[in-house]
Amino acid sequence: MSSKFHTSRRSLIKGMAGLAGATALSSVVPGSAFAAGLTVGFLYVGPKDDFGYNQAHAEGAAAVKGIEGVTLVEEENVPETVDVQKSMESMINFDGAKLIFPTSFGYFDPHILEVAPKHEDVRFQHAGGLWSADKHPQNVGSYFGYIGMGQYLNGIAAGHATKSKKIGFVAAKPIPQVMLNINSFLLGARSVDPEITCQVIFTGEWSMAVKEAEATNALADQGVDVITCHVDGPKVVMETAAGRGAFVCGYHADQSPLAPDLYLTGAEWNWANVYTNMVQSVLAGGSIDNFVRGGLAEGFIKMSPLGPAVSDAARNQFEATKASIMKGGFAVINGPMKDNTGNVIAEAGQSFEETDVSLESMNYLVEGVIGSAS
Amino acid sequence: MTDAAKTMAGPAPIKGSNSSVMEVWGHKAEAFLLPFGALLAGLAAFSVFLLFVGKSPVEFYSLVYKAGFGTAFSWNNTLSRTAPLLLAALCVAIPARLGLVVIGGEGAIVLGGVAAGAFGMFLPGLPGFMGIVGMFLCGALTGALWIGAVGAMRFKRGVNETISSLLMAYIAIALMNHLVEGPFRDPASLNKPSTAPLGETYRIGNIPGLDVHWGLAIGIIACIAMWVLIERTTWGFAARIVGGNIRAAQVQGLPVGLLMVGFCASAGAFAGIAGMMEVAAVHGTANGSLASGYGYAGILIAFLARHNMIAIIPVGILLAGFEASSGLIQRRMDLPDATILVLQGFVFVAILLSETLTGRFKLFQPHIGDRS
Repeated sequence: MSSKFHTSRRSLIKGMAGLAGATALSSVVPGSAFAAGLTVGFLYVGPKDDFGYNQAHAEGAAAVKGIEGVTLVEEENVPETVDVQKSMESMINFDGAKLIFPTSFGYFDPHILEVAPKHEDVRFQHAGGLWSADKHPQNVGSYFGYIGMGQYLNGIAAGHATKSKKIGFVAAKPIPQVMLNINSFLLGARSVDPEITCQVIFTGEWSMAVKEAEATNALADQGVDVITCHVDGPKVVMETAAGRGAFVCGYHADQSPLAPDLYLTGAEWNWANVYTNMVQSVLAGGSIDNFVRGGLAEGFIKMSPLGPAVSDAARNQFEATKASIMKGGFAVINGPMKDNTGNVIAEAGQSFEETDVSLESMNYLVEGVIGSAS
Repeated sequence: MTDAAKTMAGPAPIKGSNSSVMEVWGHKAEAFLLPFGALLAGLAAFSVFLLFVGKSPVEFYSLVYKAGFGTAFSWNNTLSRTAPLLLAALCVAIPARLGLVVIGGEGAIVLGGVAAGAFGMFLPGLPGFMGIVGMFLCGALTGALWIGAVGAMRFKRGVNETISSLLMAYIAIALMNHLVEGPFRDPASLNKPSTAPLGETYRIGNIPGLDVHWGLAIGIIACIAMWVLIERTTWGFAARIVGGNIRAAQVQGLPVGLLMVGFCASAGAFAGIAGMMEVAAVHGTANGSLASGYGYAGILIAFLARHNMIAIIPVGILLAGFEASSGLIQRRMDLPDATILVLQGFVFVAILLSETLTGRFKLFQPHIGDRS
């Protein structure tokens, strides 16, 4: 009781002092209080501790914060409306931001494209890989990583761990990026055992905890014993799946603290590395390419450390495949292959490497995936 | 006895008209000063909250002022955010005057947006303003049907309009997702399913001299027009009677069903127009970003404005200013983005509490003073 009172009194005094300080400060330094150097702004569509998409970017931002001469400004829960346009301009006007990372996919068109031409001295770096030279401003750049490879490695760990030969995937929306992840996850597992199937459930929303929990429970009810996902915040899926005793593979960020015993591995973004490189090249007076992509080898993605439940056989195949992906030119889709409605998607001898642009408009689920994209 | 005699006889004619003028002004002053005082009380209560978490209220409110109202950019920021809020608030305030608590304006917004986007997609290339007019009508009609249905269900079947409008908003969002990911999807929109981008002649630009689209002007005009309709016409009078006592309205032979459905439909039409403006002025296409909570923010504004259509305008601007400052507060004071929501909560509760004080201050009741 007494300690409780003590804390609030202390914080009260702190507030009073701050009040006095702010009054004094605002009369001395009008406008921005930020020092010279590079001010870097980050905007997130959700909370930055969501154990997922936004946290992965926020971890990248945290790495940038440590660089000398960099001032970091952040805003979370910024909707993909006029709000994000004004938030970016607010960072430019009030904080003097010169490099902005609007991290949500939906920020690009029309929001970044609307704001960028008005602020030609500011660089906008968008995660999603949508930039094209003939259509978009020069002060906009886009970057993306081949995270499907990470889901393929997840699949290898899953393939060794499953006993029911049924693995499951909780997915947000049937769009190309998500379908590539689902297909990669199953094909990784099938490289262990071709009889494995993958049940997919689409929730229809990027962030809807209730549906994610329902979908995970539905998968567990059907005997699925390894589950991964592609939603903005995998926390609910991981905790629900682990609560049902299923193994889990992570996505976006490291979720091993949520299920320490059942977490096999996870496909993570390595934005800390990517953002550090980009910011350092700007600080050194250089520029960033408008169009950047990379995978495991380029340090755009990384794998969570293998969990305690991963067997030696799984570890060996995982490490060998990872090494071969690192060499470049690895293909997940190798012919002959059909989709799950019987259409041929790759002829014998045909294969699609990770860098193949046609993968970015993927509209099918491969044979062995139980579920429909439409 | 003398008191009773006085009352029976009534005041002298001239004195009587004087005191009724005083009375009217007393009520007007009360209607303004009570919520305004409550607003200040809410802000003061929030200051105490800030002190307890060790943050300075002076810094907080000076940042709110700076980012919301302090510079030309701040005003553009605030007014851009105001535009959809005014129309969304009308969707709550209009039915409220008939005693209906409709909280599902979000549904009419998203479907109005989808209808407008679909119109632009399937009928491109109309000459002149035809495209914009068509999208406008599509958005308004869709919204009108959606909330009009809420009113009809209430009148015909006695379905609670609060619950039904809220649940219908979920249906609307699911329907929007189905449409933009299915029948209305532009195949070129790969990772963000959307309708096809609108042509240049289908886009709505900014009000000259401002970085704010025309939706703001439409919102302000709509608020004024609805104020005139509700406060100054027989239709509005009839609607207010329904809101005051539905039995009395029925006994008087007022067309209660028509009034309910009609006013709900007009409320929905404004929400639909808000969705259409988002598509035509902001996004240039209809997609999942339409469901961004404007409909729910409108509830707060309508209640803070006590369902007075004119009051919606300043209240909408004030709340938009709070929202506009949210980013700077996150960045400068290291407070979470929910801070502004907490502030709005304090203000909301303070204003609701102030309603219980109506008629309790002698200051605003001059005739009581006269009698004593």
